[in-house]
Amino acid sequence: MYRYDEFDHAFVNSRVAQFRDQVGRRLAGDLTEDQFKPLRLQNGLYLQLHAYMLRIAVPYGVLSARQMRKLAFIARKWDRGFGHFTTRQNLQLNWSKLEDAPDMLAALAEVEMHCIQTSGNCIRNTTADPYAGVAPDEIEDPRVWAEVIRQWSSIHPEFLFLPRKFKVAITGAAEDRAAIAFHDIGLRMVKGRGENAGKIGFGVYVGGGQGRTPYVALPLNDFLPREHLLSFLEATMRVYNLHGRRDNIYKARIKILVNALGVDEFRRQVMAEWSKIEKPSIDLPASEYQRIAKYFAPLALAPKPNEDNVIAARRASDAGFARWLRNNVMAHKIAGHRIVNISLKEPGKVPGDATSEQMEAVAALAEQFGHDEIRVTYQQNLVLPTVALSDVGKVYDALLSSGLATGNTELITDIIACPGLDYCSLANARAIPVAQEIAKRFADPAKADDIGPLRLNISGCINACGHHHAGNIGILGVDKKGTEHYQITLGGSPKDDADIGSILGPSFPAEEVPDAIETIIGVYTSGRISKAESFLQTYRRLGAKPFKEALYGPSKSSTQRIVEEV
Amino acid sequence: MSKLWKNSRFVNDTFVVVDDAAPLPQATPVIVSLKRWRESRGELLALKAPIGVAVDATAEFDVATDDLGKLALIAIPFAKFTDGRGYSLARRLRDTLTFEGEVRATGEVLIDQIPLMLRCGFDSFVVSHAPTLRTLEAGHLSVVREVYQTAVYGRARTTPSFGRVPVLEAAE
Repeated sequence: MYRYDEFDHAFVNSRVAQFRDQVGRRLAGDLTEDQFKPLRLQNGLYLQLHAYMLRIAVPYGVLSARQMRKLAFIARKWDRGFGHFTTRQNLQLNWSKLEDAPDMLAALAEVEMHCIQTSGNCIRNTTADPYAGVAPDEIEDPRVWAEVIRQWSSIHPEFLFLPRKFKVAITGAAEDRAAIAFHDIGLRMVKGRGENAGKIGFGVYVGGGQGRTPYVALPLNDFLPREHLLSFLEATMRVYNLHGRRDNIYKARIKILVNALGVDEFRRQVMAEWSKIEKPSIDLPASEYQRIAKYFAPLALAPKPNEDNVIAARRASDAGFARWLRNNVMAHKIAGHRIVNISLKEPGKVPGDATSEQMEAVAALAEQFGHDEIRVTYQQNLVLPTVALSDVGKVYDALLSSGLATGNTELITDIIACPGLDYCSLANARAIPVAQEIAKRFADPAKADDIGPLRLNISGCINACGHHHAGNIGILGVDKKGTEHYQITLGGSPKDDADIGSILGPSFPAEEVPDAIETIIGVYTSGRISKAESFLQTYRRLGAKPFKEALYGPSKSSTQRIVEEV
Repeated sequence: MSKLWKNSRFVNDTFVVVDDAAPLPQATPVIVSLKRWRESRGELLALKAPIGVAVDATAEFDVATDDLGKLALIAIPFAKFTDGRGYSLARRLRDTLTFEGEVRATGEVLIDQIPLMLRCGFDSFVVSHAPTLRTLEAGHLSVVREVYQTAVYGRARTTPSFGRVPVLEAAE
């Protein structure tokens, strides 16, 4: 992984000193709250319902064991001994104090971490494929470019007061595991064809996003030579910064600009700007690319046998282990090694939460069996990207004793949920208790296994931090005459077949949601052609009708309805 | 009371802002609207005095007809400090239009944004916010000196080496 050099250390230390000075001026009254707010947001400090929340950047979801231990330490010393991993691959501490924030940032700086631009109307932490560098289907490791974007976007003087926040996601693999279609800019590393044959570049997508106006990103550039990434991003950002709407916070994201202009006109403006930019002064020099890429050199691992007798025997005798192995352990690009997913979704627990002790347990496993590498996924789980197959049983045993061995990756209980009304001042409804109740309803692992791959996402308000639009089943908390209600959408997908879910019908009170989900699942399991047909495939084949009828009764023709109403 | 800050100190403002309807003073540096510059360029150039133009945040310069090389100053407003369009306008002026005159920030110019403005190519600042005036007078600018970008600094460009140079020293 990337390691700071003296320059990077000096940068984060300067930033901590700058923020300490700003906090001091705020407390002295030289800065009003309005003037201070963007400064604290750009340093990760966000005011919630009950306290400040500190959002710590986990650049493209990559952590070392030492960093994870420091996160555990910070959560214990200045917060309540736990943290919440987010859909931006970051970590949130929900009970921070303003006066502690500079010390927390200084502690992070000791392990090459920061909170820079994790909030505010600026370029946020770039998210990436959590299996970057180890996935068998990878064209090129996207972490190199994610780090380049991290550096380029950090205190970029032109882009700190954008119309609205700006999120970039990047993948280098054939399968999109970074939900790039739901980002302001999505980057996919591609092999060039025709005149670009032999080269590697980016497919650039723009204007995706959720919130109250969900859009799937549109293609902006089919093949951007990778060496021009930064000048092209600057051109795109400049067009957005100058022309994005600033009169209405709900219309200020780049998706609104792209869709108002049309992607072709937006592309024309970007290309016009890009053609005028002096590219060599912006683009990454080859030497700098080489310097950064060295940190992401593949591990020098000898291939090992892809079968292990001990593992095979245990799989036959230990159903829990077999399930975990099947659902959470993935193929690695080097034979005899595996990618191990660590679920933070034990049914009944808060999705994405980890205690300081759990963080330390994962850090220890990374040190002992995982080449000192940990990843955070946007599904709010953790990953040990490289574990020898022969060590997988030991990792499982250790996870089991830390309450981290739930074998439910990408199943119905692997729920994405935002903090909701339990913490967030924007929320209309709670998300966490609903997630807990649904997970408990499907807690029988055999039941979840039978249902198969299913992305269930819950947001506590229309801002959609819980990605409900992209859920195969999405649940949105709404306020209905002062009570918390939940609207259900079906058919969303965050993957290569990206789509936005459709609202099924009237909303339900919280206590009826688990029944409604069970009804929906019943329609799927009785309607699927075979177990090989996923929930999403069945929904797309059957359409919404059978699901609606099961939930709301047989649909009536409009004439019938009018007659009844009269 | 506003003051003009330039080259790390307060200086007298020699320019006079002239409304579109007002007559032009003789032998005095003036700041006029972009509209007036476009409509009365001959008359303005005949004054034989430095000419500045105040634009608004939506300005689109026409490189073919705006004759920016004849201007001594372009003033860009920050109606609110959170309105970041001025940063991009300044970079366009410096980077793609290679404007070499003074780029002046007006409006809500606050101490914590001045370092960013400097790096985008602004080199003078009309300041009226009292704590900002006080802090500038004390010579205390809270700055992260290490930068990752090759944004312009004043009139000097940094070397094209992906930033990684503490640029602010360049102007001190």
